[in-house]
Formats: sequence, structure tokens, C-alpha cells
Amino acid sequence: MTATRRNLEGNEACALGAIRAGCRFFAGYPITPSSEVAEVMSRELPKVGGTFIQMEDEIASMGAVIGASMGGVKAMTATSGPGFSLKQENLGYACGAEIPCVVVNVMRGGPSTGMPTRPAQGDIMQTRWGTHGDHAIIVLAPASVSEAYSETIRAVELSETLRVPVVVLLDEVIGHLTETVDLAAVPEAPEVWRKFADGPVEGFEPYEVTEDMIPPMARPGDGYRAHCTGLTHAPGGFPTQVPTVAAEALNRTTDKLILHRDRIESWRVQDTDDADLLIVAIGISARAARQAVKDLRAEGLKVGLFRPVTLWPFPEDALRETVAKAGAKTVLVPEMNQGQLVLEVERVLAGRATVEGLGKVDGQAITPDEIAAKAREALR
Amino acid sequence: MKDTTVEAAFDVNDWLRQDQMPHFLCPGCGHGIALRALLWAIHDARIDKDKLAVVSGIGCSGRLSAYIDANTFHTTHGRPLTFATGLKLARPDLHVIVITGDGDCLAIGGNHLIHAARRNLDITCIMLNNEIYGMTGGQVSPTTSEGRYTSTTQAGNTEPTFDACALAAAAGAGFVGREVTMQVLALRDLIRQALGHEGFSFVEVLSDCTEIYGRKNDLGASPEMMLAKKSEMRPYAYRNTVDVPFRPNALRTGVLSQNERPEYGAAYRSMAAMIRGEREGG
Repeated sequence: MTATRRNLEGNEACALGAIRAGCRFFAGYPITPSSEVAEVMSRELPKVGGTFIQMEDEIASMGAVIGASMGGVKAMTATSGPGFSLKQENLGYACGAEIPCVVVNVMRGGPSTGMPTRPAQGDIMQTRWGTHGDHAIIVLAPASVSEAYSETIRAVELSETLRVPVVVLLDEVIGHLTETVDLAAVPEAPEVWRKFADGPVEGFEPYEVTEDMIPPMARPGDGYRAHCTGLTHAPGGFPTQVPTVAAEALNRTTDKLILHRDRIESWRVQDTDDADLLIVAIGISARAARQAVKDLRAEGLKVGLFRPVTLWPFPEDALRETVAKAGAKTVLVPEMNQGQLVLEVERVLAGRATVEGLGKVDGQAITPDEIAAKAREALR
Repeated sequence: MKDTTVEAAFDVNDWLRQDQMPHFLCPGCGHGIALRALLWAIHDARIDKDKLAVVSGIGCSGRLSAYIDANTFHTTHGRPLTFATGLKLARPDLHVIVITGDGDCLAIGGNHLIHAARRNLDITCIMLNNEIYGMTGGQVSPTTSEGRYTSTTQAGNTEPTFDACALAAAAGAGFVGREVTMQVLALRDLIRQALGHEGFSFVEVLSDCTEIYGRKNDLGASPEMMLAKKSEMRPYAYRNTVDVPFRPNALRTGVLSQNERPEYGAAYRSMAAMIRGEREGG
């Protein structure tokens, strides 16, 4: 095995991907099944001049990550289920104040303590709407260990360049799966950074409305002395309640992602060209669906798979086009929850196809046979 | 050792964001005095404005960061110490000061205070204690005196009050002190000492809330409230002559405890250098 090919666990791949992308700060609190991300970070970060700290709780870890990022350092945390819930308020701060940061969330059963060691996909909606108020956020959902590596790299890059928090959403199976990863398969590229302010200090506005909607960020020590707040702020950075300014501030952060959605959205398709039935799935459910598609094709049934890698913003145009091109009458959404992704697919397709859900909440991964059986039933 | 060298005269206006004036504090609020003492201490400590990062939480105290001409961060309720921890670890070159209130620091943020003190990262935490949740309309706080009326203790507070300094000291804070707003110069000097301490330093400022707390409890206007606080206090040296059951330290002012133990950031960086096989100075 060459040096670039390594057997890695999904959680480990997230940690190594983040470091490769230049992440130099990690604050976390142990929680199953995400703890390995913190363990690998505690081992690797000191080697590259970075800092690891195990904080007193999940809230503190999220605060520390935002603090480090406000200091101009790429920062990440990792958590699971209840921990992700606890991080939401500070995650909302990062959304509102546009602080780059990455949160790895390895989904486990819920609600509450749920089934800590068992896989689930119950945080799909929480990643999008967990914090209060309207906000912009990016969520990436890897379905393999090598993708956990490459998508975490992309998470750091998107977060930095767009000034938005990015969630890397894994389920427990992907987090704990060991696969061979070719680290060199992700091409070497220059490390990307947020735009740091470098213009005149006089008259600098930390939330200046630029053409690309991404304001340059003032790094402490560079002379800008900017103010940062979670309160709704005017371009100058200070709180405002002027209706037009407040609306513009919030709308810009969400419009920013729409403007840059071509860079953000990513998806994979398999056998979709002539599919009568299209399966939409993420993570380990998509892996099972992939096998189901193979099995059903062997039976002569025309079935395809659409896998969103970017979960939020949802690649809605791509899904609509895939369905239209295939002429698919039915769309099946297998997921390990009572039906979350299916809601988004229904919204996106809005009558263009019959959408059926297949939920599973028993702590077991969904199987290819279960998906195939449901697909056969739907095709009948 | 306290640095007594006199340099440029202190002008508070040099440290305030003039475009953010007038401030939003009520007339008679002690927080303005505390802010002035803090800025004076920063001036005396000759901290470079561009290297100064002030982190605050939510509440009346939380708003003060916006008035300081430095790198300022107004964070979430109870969490300023966690933001400051990340900021200081990521950027050891910055002087990180946290401004927090009694609710922010001791109720929702109590856990963070304990662990910040335990870690001993080089942060100075200024807790403005006005015994009340002012911004939300005067609800009871962990430091509200027993028997006092608030909008959530309408028959008088029955909970014992929290001694923040005893807590911070017990958790291992390198420097712990308390002062009243009436003693502006003593407060300035205390904060100056805290800023000079390498490690976690905690200063409790006994502030007064005349509008929300004082009015409800017939404590008089600001001068009366401040005088009452001052008359109750005892310098630390006389502690054994005062017998107060619930808050044994409550009335002591000055430097209450100080210890020299490894600063967390330096300890971490030295451990990391060892892992990398680097030797100090080599």
C-alpha cells in the first residue's frame, strides 16, 4: 500500500480532511458516535502547530470554535445528536455574524439520548432549521469514507470563502466505517481562505455589501477594530432595528448562498437516464439504495438513484431535471427517520412525480432488500 | 509588582467609539464607572488597542463592548468566556478581556467560569455585579441579596446569594479581586493588577442598578446605593472580624487571592512543541 492509500474510519477521515484544508483549531466534547474526530484532532493538531481543546460542554466547544475563527484561524468541532442540539444557539450566532466554522455531526438514534451507538438519519431537518430564526447554512452529506475526507475539505473551503457555517452530516455507519482512502485522489490545490480586510482602516464596514455578498472579514490585530455581534447589525457592524436595514442584513446572508449555489451544490446519479422510479437517498441509505438499483436492474426494472451530496441548499434544479429527463413517475425516499428528506423532495417535485417515503427508526441500517421490495411495490 | 510609571494622561474619550455615543445605560448605573475604570486600567497597562480584544455576553454588561474602540465581540448569553477561550488559544498575541454580568457569568455561564478558572488561560474576566437582570426587566439573579424584591421574587428573595470570588478562587483562578464602583481609583488599580497577571484573572465589580433594582427596593439613588455598598465593605485584611453566614467573602474588597501556576496556553504550546520534537530556544 502506498503512503497515500490508508485504511481510515469515516470520523478519522473528517479530522484528516479538515487538517489538510488548513483547519488549525478544534474544540469538542466527547459524544458517541463522533468522539474519534476529537481523538484524532487531539493527536494530529499539535503536530502541525494547531490547537485542540476539550471543553466543558458542547456549548462551550461551539463558542470556542467561533472565538478561534473570529481570531482568523480555521476551526472545527464534531458532535452527535444531543450535542448538536446544544450547539445550535452558538451555531446560529455564527450564521448571523457570518463566522466561518465547520461542525461535523455524526447522527445517532434519537430523540433525546436515543440509541447512542446505533445509526440514524434523524438530524436532516435539525441541520437546516435547528437554530432559531431564518438563517443561511450549508450541509454536506458524505456517503463513504473517502467522501468524508473530500467533503470535509470542501466544507472548510466553502465555509471560509463564503463566510458561512458548514455542517458535515454523517450517519453512524459512515462515521465508523473503515475503508481504504486514496488521500492523493483529492488533487493538491492551494489552500483557500476567507477574504481578510486589507483596504483602508478608515471607513471600514465589517458587513459591507459587496457584489459577491461576502464581506471581507476584519482580523484582530490588523488595525480595523471592528465590532461583531449576534444582534441584527447594519453594514457598520453595530446593532440596528431600522426595518429596511434589518431585512437587508438577513436577506443578504441567505441570498449569498443562492448567488453561489453552483459552487455549493453537489450530487451523484446512477442509472437515471431511463428510470421509471428514482430513489433519492443520502449517507448509508444511499449506499443501500445503490445495491438495490443494481439488483432491480438485474430484474429488468428501470430504477435509478439520485444522491444529494449537498443536502442544504438542496440541489433542487438538478433533482427536477433528473426526474424530467428520466420521465420518472415515482420517486422513493428511503431514510433512517420517520420522514424528513421526503418532505424536501415533495416540496421540490411538487406534483411532478409521486413521492413515497420509506422510513426506518429501529436502530438498524436500511437494507438493499428493504428498498428493493418497496420499489417493486411502487412500480407495480 | 504594580507599575506606577505615569505616561500619557488618560482620556476616556480616546478609548470610546464616539460614533456609538450616547450610550444606552440608565442614569446612575454603575456600569459606566466600571467601564471607565477598565479603560483607564487598559491605558495604564499600555495595551495596544489593535491587540486588544474585548468579548462580552448578553445583558446590560454585554453592551459595553460596543463602546470600546478595539476588536470587540458581543457574543451569546452566558458564553463570552468560551468565545474568549477559543480566541485566546488561537491568537495568544491578543489581550483578551471578558466583560460579563452576574446572570451571564454565574447563572447560565457558571460552568464556563469554573472551567476557565481551572484552566488558567490568560484572560481577564470583569464581572459587573448589579444583583439583578436589568435588561430583561429586573428578575432575581444568583447574586441578588436575600430578602430583596425583584420581578420574580415579589415577596422577597429566598435564595442564598452566590459568592463569585470564592467560586473563582476555589476553581483555581490565578487572580481574584473585588471592588466597588465608588472606589474608582482602587477599582482601576485592581483591574490593572488583574491585567498584569499571567493566567486567568477574575474581578468582581460591585455595581449598582438604580432604575430596576434600587427603585423596587427603596435603596435610593445612585449615590445612596454606592455609599451603602461602600459602608458594608471591608478590606481583605479585616476578613476575620466580619461574620457573614452565607457570603463569607461578600464584603471583602481588594485582591482576594492570587497564585502563580502554569498559564494554560503556554503549557499547551510547550506540550505541542515537545510533540513536534522542538526544543525551547532551539
